[in-house]
Amino acid sequence: MNLLTSMGVLPLIGAGLVVLLPATNAKLVKQCALLVSLLVATLGITMTVGFERDVTGFQYVEKYSWIPSLGISYQLGIDGISLILILLSVLLVPIVILAGWNESEGGRFSVKTFYILILILETMMIGVFAATDLFLFYVFFEAMLVPVYFLIGGYGSGARQAAAVKFLLYSLFGGLLMLASIIGIFVISGNQIGRTFDITTLSALEIDTTTQNFLFLGFFIAFAIKAPLWPLHTWLPDAAKSATPGTSVLLLGVLDKVGTFGMIRYCVELFPEASRTFTPLIITLAVISIIYGAFLAIGQEDIKSLIAFTSISHFGFITLGIFAMTTQANSGATLYMLNHGFSTAALFLTAGWMVSRRGSSTISDFGGLQRVTPILAWSFFIAGLSSLALPGLSSFVSESLVLVGTYTRYPVAAIIATFGIILAALYILIPVQKALHGPTTAGNENLPDLKKREILAIAPVISLIIALGIYPKPALEIINPAAKSTITKAGYSDPQPLVKGDK
Amino acid sequence: MNIQAPALEYGALAPILIILAAAVIGVMVEAFLSAKVRAPIQLAISLGAVVLSLSQVWNLRGSATTTAAVNSVVIDGPVLFMQGTILILSLFAFLLIADIDAFAAQASAVPGSSEEARALESGRIQSEVYPLTLFAIGGMMIFPAANDLITLFVALEVLSLPLYLMAGLSRRRRLLSQEAALKYFLLGAYSSAFFLFGAAFLYGFAGDVSLAGIRSAVSGGPGNDVFLIIGMVSLSVGLLFKVGAAPFHAWTPDVYQGAPTPITAFMAAATKVAAFGAILRIFYVSLGGAVYSWKPILTAVAILTMVVGSVIAIAQRDIKRMLAYSSIAHAGFLLTGVIALNQEGLRASLFYLASYGITTIGAFALVTLVRDSSGEVGDLNRWIGLSKRSPAMALIFSVFLLSFAGIPLTAGFIGKFTIFTAAYESGNIAVVVAGVLSSAIAAFFYVRVIVMIFFTDSKQDTVTVAIPSLYTNLTIWIAAITTLALGLFPAPLLDFISTFSTFAR
Repeated sequence: MNLLTSMGVLPLIGAGLVVLLPATNAKLVKQCALLVSLLVATLGITMTVGFERDVTGFQYVEKYSWIPSLGISYQLGIDGISLILILLSVLLVPIVILAGWNESEGGRFSVKTFYILILILETMMIGVFAATDLFLFYVFFEAMLVPVYFLIGGYGSGARQAAAVKFLLYSLFGGLLMLASIIGIFVISGNQIGRTFDITTLSALEIDTTTQNFLFLGFFIAFAIKAPLWPLHTWLPDAAKSATPGTSVLLLGVLDKVGTFGMIRYCVELFPEASRTFTPLIITLAVISIIYGAFLAIGQEDIKSLIAFTSISHFGFITLGIFAMTTQANSGATLYMLNHGFSTAALFLTAGWMVSRRGSSTISDFGGLQRVTPILAWSFFIAGLSSLALPGLSSFVSESLVLVGTYTRYPVAAIIATFGIILAALYILIPVQKALHGPTTAGNENLPDLKKREILAIAPVISLIIALGIYPKPALEIINPAAKSTITKAGYSDPQPLVKGDK
Repeated sequence: MNIQAPALEYGALAPILIILAAAVIGVMVEAFLSAKVRAPIQLAISLGAVVLSLSQVWNLRGSATTTAAVNSVVIDGPVLFMQGTILILSLFAFLLIADIDAFAAQASAVPGSSEEARALESGRIQSEVYPLTLFAIGGMMIFPAANDLITLFVALEVLSLPLYLMAGLSRRRRLLSQEAALKYFLLGAYSSAFFLFGAAFLYGFAGDVSLAGIRSAVSGGPGNDVFLIIGMVSLSVGLLFKVGAAPFHAWTPDVYQGAPTPITAFMAAATKVAAFGAILRIFYVSLGGAVYSWKPILTAVAILTMVVGSVIAIAQRDIKRMLAYSSIAHAGFLLTGVIALNQEGLRASLFYLASYGITTIGAFALVTLVRDSSGEVGDLNRWIGLSKRSPAMALIFSVFLLSFAGIPLTAGFIGKFTIFTAAYESGNIAVVVAGVLSSAIAAFFYVRVIVMIFFTDSKQDTVTVAIPSLYTNLTIWIAAITTLALGLFPAPLLDFISTFSTFAR
């Protein structure tokens, strides 16, 4: 069996195993889930090692006919961008399981169900990035809502049901708009070259301008909800605040990346002309997201909402990078997706530990944690510094790539976006100061520091943040060819920013 | 006077004749056998007839298109597929009906009277529902096969009259049930009148009641176009009433709620197949040439139906009423397949009808299980926290709801996808966008039910999930598995359908 399919099926087998385990033995269930996710992660690393960097186009390709009468096939393959995102997903899952060892308890459903949902979700995450058949992509895109919905609504805190429903309805709305566009492009393919969902073939279609614009919007709105881009972001803070830290990590770290990934893979590559038409609008929205997310983050009193709003700002950067249409910015955007995944994971996990220890998620309830729980405080601090893109940490590389790449084409947008970095210093350093420094506030004196298990979970994340900050080359080598090919497909060229199209 | 006996093609008519003969036998059984032994015998006759008829349909599947009974009935691919679908759905409906305690012991007894109590006590339960259902099935099988307007009308009445009665047979909340039956009957009578009125005008237009005759008149006969328009509109009113399309949908929620749930399941699934079968035939075969006259109207009706169904469903507090509005919305989606007027549209409609039918039967079967001491509980507020009491059934019900909502990996998604594709292909993008948006609205109330079942704690614990009888259990599981299987591997059914999808003209 092909490596991609094996990776996708393995978590499902794991979920099946978990079903068979006795419900009373929670520890065994957790160990089994962790073991399976580690196996998948190993496969992911094997795949990365075997990936040929200089080759453009899809690798590890496999194709089986699924619904032949509709031209639908089970078709997988990865390029640099999807490889990076799959790698991110399979690395985060074991970390999330290990870090949130006790998250699954006290939920509405059993411990077993939690891990079954997580493992099913892992399959969906691999599938959604690996699919090279539009229909298959859509199936994963929609189906992955179901486990996330149950994870938020079943194991979260506070107004978790409302948050879960809001998340689901937003996503379904976007997904259905996308469905209309998918049907559109499917019918057009049927008229021109015979029915197919193969994305490489679809990107060669000649679609007239008006149709292309509408189809583009269907896709883009769906992805902008997912990503989330201002003004379609309102579900995210609620969801992130209510979900367990682990779920939030997967939600912001991986699921939201489906939005930005979709913008590259589907919006830009399938509808290059429409992408050019809408670029000014999208760049504007992205810049607004950067500034708006940052300002709101500064004003948050709840630490989980704060991280959610910083992510909105970061997704603004990613979107900006994608639509700047230069190889540099595009590589930067993809690298940003990876780095944001790790730094948000670190932030959410450490914040989650702080919250579970203190029993409150209000920032002002903390104080002086540096003295009481030094390891936890340092972890949070480094994660924060990565989030504000301190040189030497991973986000710095991607953020500067995005800004530099954007500047060559859209100097004004790049300059405004740069203010986002200054605001980032505020929204990270203020909570750091409030929660970690100063006198130890009452009730915090006896908080325990990180346990061995927690250190084991956070250490790889922090090391990756530092390693990718100092030496991002391996990741960039994987990303660059794919980014270049995207830009070429969109009809742009580097470094001389000249619009090659006929308009 | 010398009347020549018409020649009947018994082979082609066998599926229909078997069902009608079984219905007659059922009436005899009801009249002459003792009350104690009737029910199992009736069930055996009904199931036997359906299976036998189904095997006849299967045998006919490869044969060439024929007309039968002096050109009044046509047996072609779509008809055979729809007859097969109706029979399979009926099979499950009978399994639900077999739980006979949903039905009044003596339908003729006044609700609450001592007569009724005596009948219940003595266990002398009447089982007329079986032959009635068989008659309705017979009508449904003729309905999509009718080759002229007269046969069409006869079939319409044969399928409707038993349904009016069956809607009033509920054992509990009998007044509600009888009210539903009366409403259904009165409105049904109106719609029949419209239908006849339209048929008369079409005859006036074409000088012929056969579908082929109307077809040739539409595509360039000397007929009066005013007659055509009036005829078309009135005929459509009669047919659209049967499928519950807005603005002719008003009966649906009341009847769905009042009728015994097994009957609701049967109506929602099988009647829809039959009625859409007839609509598809008339518009594809006879009126295709006048597409520019009816397309705008039917498009408006389709959009209105989707929106009305999806929006009003949100406000429903009763599960059966909610499913009724959901079925209205689905009628809107199905109309897009009629409007598409292409091969793709016909195929998609057939797939949609089959998959929607089986999911609907399953959903209503599950509704029969949620009970308290006084019978079924429809009030959604009392469904709260159901997952605690029966996780498996809660999960299965969610599968049905997700399929109604059209989430991928369920049959509903493939149905929606193919039918919208057909509509888009015919250039009717407005209807696709309306469909997609109302799907988004509809998702809201399906999800809300899932939230109630899974995420809310109940304050009262009087509602139980009854342990399903073997028959009901079988129906629910088969429906759930089919719903998922058609979502994962629709290819066999889609390919199977494409061998059936040409209407005889």
